[in-house]
Amino acid sequence: MSRKVTITIDDRQLTVPEGEKLLWAALDNGLYIPHLCGFRESERPAAGCRLCFVEVEGHPNPVTACTEPAVEGMVVMTRSPRVDRLVRTAFELIISNHRLDCANCAKNGDCELQRIAKARKLKLKLTRLRQLVKETPVDDSPQSFSYDASRCVLCGRCVWVDHNKAKVGAIGFIRRGISRKVSTFGEVCLTDSRCTQCGECVKVCPVGALTFKEAADK
Amino acid sequence: MSDSALVVEQNYEQLKNLALQKHGEIKEKPYVLVGTATCGRAAGALGVLDTFRNEIDNRQLDVNIIEVGCMGHCYAEPMVIIYKPGFPPLCYGSVDEGKAARLVTDFLIEDDPCFEFAMAALEPNDLFPTFGDYPRGVYEQKVILADCGLIDPENIDDYLACGGYGALAKALAMKPEEVIAEIKDAQLRGRGGAGFPTGIKWETCHDTPGPLKYVICNADEGDPGAFMDRALLESNPHQVLEGLVISACAVGASQGYLYVRAEYPLAITRLHTALEQARAKGLLGESILGSSFSFDIEIFKGSGAFVCGEETALIASIEGHAGIPTHRPPFPAVSGLRGKPTLIDNVKTLSYIPHIVQKGADWFKSIGTPNSPGTAVFALAGKVVGTGLVEVPMGTTLRTLIYDVGDGIKDGKTFKAVQIGGPSGGCLPESALDISIDFDSLREAGAMMGSGGIVVLNEDDCMVEVARFFLEFVQNESCGKCTFCRLGTKQMLDILTDITKGHGRPGDIELLLDLAEDIKTGSLCGLGKTAPNPVLTTINFFRHEYEAHINEGRCPALMCKDLITFHISAEKCSKLCDACVGSCPVEAVYTRPDMLKAIHLDKCVKCDNCLTTCRTLYDAVIKKSPPAAEEGVS
Ligand SMILES: Cc1cc2nc3c(=O)[nH]c(=O)nc-3n(C[C@H](O)[C@H](O)[C@H](O)COP(=O)(O)O)c2cc1C
Repeated sequence: MSRKVTITIDDRQLTVPEGEKLLWAALDNGLYIPHLCGFRESERPAAGCRLCFVEVEGHPNPVTACTEPAVEGMVVMTRSPRVDRLVRTAFELIISNHRLDCANCAKNGDCELQRIAKARKLKLKLTRLRQLVKETPVDDSPQSFSYDASRCVLCGRCVWVDHNKAKVGAIGFIRRGISRKVSTFGEVCLTDSRCTQCGECVKVCPVGALTFKEAADK
Repeated sequence: MSDSALVVEQNYEQLKNLALQKHGEIKEKPYVLVGTATCGRAAGALGVLDTFRNEIDNRQLDVNIIEVGCMGHCYAEPMVIIYKPGFPPLCYGSVDEGKAARLVTDFLIEDDPCFEFAMAALEPNDLFPTFGDYPRGVYEQKVILADCGLIDPENIDDYLACGGYGALAKALAMKPEEVIAEIKDAQLRGRGGAGFPTGIKWETCHDTPGPLKYVICNADEGDPGAFMDRALLESNPHQVLEGLVISACAVGASQGYLYVRAEYPLAITRLHTALEQARAKGLLGESILGSSFSFDIEIFKGSGAFVCGEETALIASIEGHAGIPTHRPPFPAVSGLRGKPTLIDNVKTLSYIPHIVQKGADWFKSIGTPNSPGTAVFALAGKVVGTGLVEVPMGTTLRTLIYDVGDGIKDGKTFKAVQIGGPSGGCLPESALDISIDFDSLREAGAMMGSGGIVVLNEDDCMVEVARFFLEFVQNESCGKCTFCRLGTKQMLDILTDITKGHGRPGDIELLLDLAEDIKTGSLCGLGKTAPNPVLTTINFFRHEYEAHINEGRCPALMCKDLITFHISAEKCSKLCDACVGSCPVEAVYTRPDMLKAIHLDKCVKCDNCLTTCRTLYDAVIKKSPPAAEEGVS
């Protein structure tokens, strides 16, 4: 990865490590691209949130920036009518299954969804789509944090740090399709699971699903 | 010829001669073939098999009974073929235990071939027509189905005697590059759905360096109603195995997997038998046929999720992870199972391989169209007379497939649409029937080849409901990893459900179209990318049905339960009949003072019983949409 290549993103020439994924190349140079599941430390991109679409010259369709390696001479645009349309729909789909109620959320003001909405001028409100959120009880059992599944966007960052950084294995994805969610084994509350309450997962949650309690008290 | 090639050839000839000798001995006396694949069993083939066994035992006849696979004529199962010296081999359809007993006494003991039960002869003769004398036989051209239902899937000698494993012997004497060149030249395209050129995939895998490579046969076949792969595995397992061994030899793989869905127990049993027999003959294992090539195959039972058929999910599943697709590239041919170069081919694709190696690329290209050479195998289902497994040259029109091969629409009804390509294929109308069946034409029309499911729909099918049904399937099968598939298909399904219940809103069609387009471009894997097809094609070709539901609360096909009411026409009803009253499970049908019958709409559960009962009597029960008021009730 020592070789450098020159690429163009939004008319800016950048020198980045060859093979670096476009998402990180852009972010490192102050160019924002919406993303939720993208996680630099994770070896294989999940490519699940479908928010980081960009146009790459020569590609017939927009591609996800988290999976696209930088190649010498590549010309990238973070915005285009097609990209904006895909990002808008993906964003609306995500908030159609995310309990909004920002005023009462511990992450209000520090939320990746709010950031995306601001960057791309999207409404934090459903206009076209139906509300799919199911009320689920908040897991308040840990001392210092709580887990609200109805705010989870399934980015998987918490699962990744739990498995690879904390190396605890308390949580994982369960079920399929629309029922997919992050849960403990056997769906017990966190204190009844292997969770050590290290809090690593809370630090990486981009939204208000995993939040520290003192943050909520603030 | 090099020494090793000579050894391979000698070993193969020896196996084949032994098989031919045994085969010849069988042919000397009468024998009965009973089709006992899953489809035959569902129709009662095991009872027929028992009858033959008992009758033949009791009468101490010197007749062999052999269980075979599926000949593809689902509408005529159970099927039996009788070979008796002095007669052409004859095929009998819809055989039951009574007919089986008669065939023993009348044909096997006496010399009356019971032509009244016979479907066709298998060889031209002066007595009875052959399959080739029927339209289906004229338009069908069997390559990979040719031996299905005719050879014993549990006896490798049957396959060897027909020249089986000859292609493997030939490939072992060739350079891997030569084998790949032949497949590339044949322009074989993957039959698992995407139609990607097989030879190019093989070349990529071959050219990726690595001491360890894998090949996988994808037999996950999860499309509802599709059973082509199952039939091939149950009827001619060695054909698939031979293809898989050749692919391994071409790319340099040492280990193979057959990924078979667990719901296919008979296929798994027959594959196990086939693997054992192949090993015993030196066609699998260490130094195959005496060559320097060693390779073995393991069966992996799939967990049954539809998305596990997607190649990256399939690999994850073999690795012991949840069957969830991952981003490509890297493609499996470069980095697949356990990070090693891995070739994944569908059952049908692999079944063509021995034929192409034996007969050459030019022969293969002489069938089908320039861009899609070869044949297409379909499971023909729905409202068509001749349901079953069919194999036609690519380029055959849908019209020929439905009206000639499938013998037209059942029960004198009118054709409405054909759903082609599995759950995420498209619905094409009458005006598209002259489209040629090939990968590109179908995709242009908004449908796809898919893995070969075809459902014929008639005037009684509501196209909104059809779209809803298929979308519900894919929505249920979504793994949930990516936003567009998990939430997008759910949003679309909710809109469609509302429309079929009469709660459609203006703008719904446009919203469906917008979502469909974004889901197609935005989804991570092929499941999401194709999921909107049924909705897009039905809106494209049957928009008026959507509009009738949304704007008028009317279901033109009279299918959506919430938009219809049942009534009895006083003009047609007979005072002397009360069949409908008895057929009603909820006492909604009653006799009026004037002895004519009527229906209490508040009690009616719209089960169709009265309508079905009356149809052949007075045809007085009618459905109305939009819902109408009960006669005489204001
Ligand atoms: C949702 C989904 C399901 C699939 N199911 C199957 C299947 O059941 N059998 C199959 O051969 N290919 C299936 N495929 C296609 C495979 O990913 C892959 O393309 C194929 O096995 C390659 O073989 P081929 O080149 O011979 O077609 C599926 C793809 C998707 C997206």
